[in-house]
Amino acid sequence: MSIQIRLNGEPHTLSPGLTAADLVEQLGLSGRRIAVEINEEIVPRSQHADTRLVDGDHVEVVHAIGGG
Amino acid sequence: MTQLTDTPLADAPLTIAGRDFHSRLLVGTGKYKDFTETGAAIAQSGAEIVTFAVRRTNLGQDADAPNLLDAISPDRYTLLPNTAGCYSAKDAVRTCRLARELLDGHNLVKLEVLGDDHTLYPNVVETLKAAETLLADGFDVMVYTSDDPIVARELEAMGCCAIMPLGSLIGSGHGIQNPHNVRLIVEQSKVPVLVDAGIGTASDAAMAMELGCDGVLLNTAIAHAREPLRMANAMKLAVEAGRDAFLAGRMPRRQSADPSSPFAGRING
Repeated sequence: MSIQIRLNGEPHTLSPGLTAADLVEQLGLSGRRIAVEINEEIVPRSQHADTRLVDGDHVEVVHAIGGG
Repeated sequence: MTQLTDTPLADAPLTIAGRDFHSRLLVGTGKYKDFTETGAAIAQSGAEIVTFAVRRTNLGQDADAPNLLDAISPDRYTLLPNTAGCYSAKDAVRTCRLARELLDGHNLVKLEVLGDDHTLYPNVVETLKAAETLLADGFDVMVYTSDDPIVARELEAMGCCAIMPLGSLIGSGHGIQNPHNVRLIVEQSKVPVLVDAGIGTASDAAMAMELGCDGVLLNTAIAHAREPLRMANAMKLAVEAGRDAFLAGRMPRRQSADPSSPFAGRING
């Protein structure tokens, strides 16, 4: 059993029941300066561990890059 | 006689949304060779406010790759997230909210909503919509806009904390194409006015300051100079020189010559 989400615009398969914090850890981004948005709503860092991902979620993980 | 003094020539700080800054040069972090060059050029520029962009994290790549925020520490600089690349109010608002999360609640943003790829000209309709939402959501909004004084006045009336008209198209290096409009915006505004976009070389930055702007925001002029560190220094000096020239007040222009040496006492008199 697995769920399908869209992660940064690409299809991504996950085990069910994972949280945003689990996803960030799987991506090797724990402790990095990133921000997470699910279905166009910010998920504050303090809520990553309590936010469960469900099938069809649109997840964005962003960071700072050089720009004007 | 003018009094000679040892005290430095005083100037008020640049105050944006209640925060005081001593440098009037704001710089971007795009287009540099690497983060080492970014960090060195920005240090040389003396800038205190530094812009950056928000983008999707490259997944599956080395998670230990260097991060911009390691080179440009939020402890040392006031980081200004920029919504560059957004073509709608909705995307710009989302980007600002992501940036606020990235920076632990920091609420000062540069709003920029673009019209098309070819000109990167601001879409003022979407900019006004985004500004309204962001201001209601507690952001301090520095706004990139056209050099239209009426739009600038609307943005100030809404509550934007700085008005940032373009000098010319982003990345074009064409300098300030309509100094008269920039002057009109400076004269009517009670919040800081900064020329943002179009600065190509030091004289452009000095011109912005001589027009009475409170500051200058630039990126490509330093990053794409043959020697970015030297250009960063040139921009720092140009902004300081232009500011002092504005405060000093230029001499009146005359139609005819006016000798600097006295006429009286000439040996051929």
